[in-house]
Amino acid sequence: MMGSDLIMYEEEFQRIDAELKKLYHQANAKVVFLVDKNGQLIASAGETHDIDTTSLASLTAGNIAATGGIARLLGEKEFTILFHEGEKDNIHISLIGQRIILVVIFDNRTSLGLVRLRVKKSSESLAGIFDEITKKVEKEKGEGKLEEALFAEISDEDIDNLFR
Amino acid sequence: MSFINYSSREINCKIVYYGPGLCGKTTNLQFIYRRTNPEQKGKLISLATETERTLFFDFLPLALGDIKGFKIRFHLYTVPGQVFYAASRKLILKGVDGVVFVADSQIERTESNIESLEDLKINLSEQGYDLDKLPFAMQYNKRDLPNIVPVADLEKLLNYRKVPSFEAVAVTGKGVFETLKAVAKQVLFELKKHY
Repeated sequence: MMGSDLIMYEEEFQRIDAELKKLYHQANAKVVFLVDKNGQLIASAGETHDIDTTSLASLTAGNIAATGGIARLLGEKEFTILFHEGEKDNIHISLIGQRIILVVIFDNRTSLGLVRLRVKKSSESLAGIFDEITKKVEKEKGEGKLEEALFAEISDEDIDNLFR
Repeated sequence: MSFINYSSREINCKIVYYGPGLCGKTTNLQFIYRRTNPEQKGKLISLATETERTLFFDFLPLALGDIKGFKIRFHLYTVPGQVFYAASRKLILKGVDGVVFVADSQIERTESNIESLEDLKINLSEQGYDLDKLPFAMQYNKRDLPNIVPVADLEKLLNYRKVPSFEAVAVTGKGVFETLKAVAKQVLFELKKHY
């Protein structure tokens, strides 16, 4: 398979989760979530119960992809921040590294300035965690340990059974 | 580019339906959506024009079941088929794990099928993928119409890789799940092979 798969471990997931919760509180946001550029939801914090986060993740990634396409047409590498203003809710979307999208939904309990400030701080910590994941995956790949346990156990029959 | 999450014990994969305009990509997703249990599916999102032509993409998340305690999820996307949406079409292919090519069986769409398949190859290679190596399934749609190319000819024209191919009538659902299964299986086998 081409490209590299995104792999998330328990330990790093807990750290990401904690970072998102911190951002949610400090920015006084409604919802905070992380999506990978292909539209997969990685983690979320806040009032997510009545939001369809899966759809939101896929549309956000589509949004970033379209904006990235526009950027390249204009000779820019990427637009790293998107902001949509609504009547009640606003959405702040930013790119972390080249791969992860951080989304903050907020209302008039906070301000764009505060959100931007907190997002900037969190982005640095999150970028650090994702760097560590990349290193960990590479290390385990080098040692041949990665996913062996999981995928060696999956038989052709297991896959066939999914489609009965 | 799958997403393997050890924390939530999920494996997420992306499948893209490709093909010329009006070949039935969205219809495939609509049928899958209608015939799947509510607990297995999310919302079907369609970014379409007022005349119901796909503008950017359709999106349907599906949960297939569990393997060894891991939830297997597939995210199905369609691309906009119309020629002038080329830039958008490219974007949808990012991070793709498997492709379904939906061909329109009508004689007058033969050229469009060939063009679209070429377009797919080029767009994939721009993203660093090789169609010859990706999980891939072929669907010959609209088999119920009178003016259609024989399957043997379509095979010769389009199925150069000899991947699994299916005759379909997407509006009635004929061949729809068979096609999805064929590509999803290949994606999982590929993951297994990879690791």
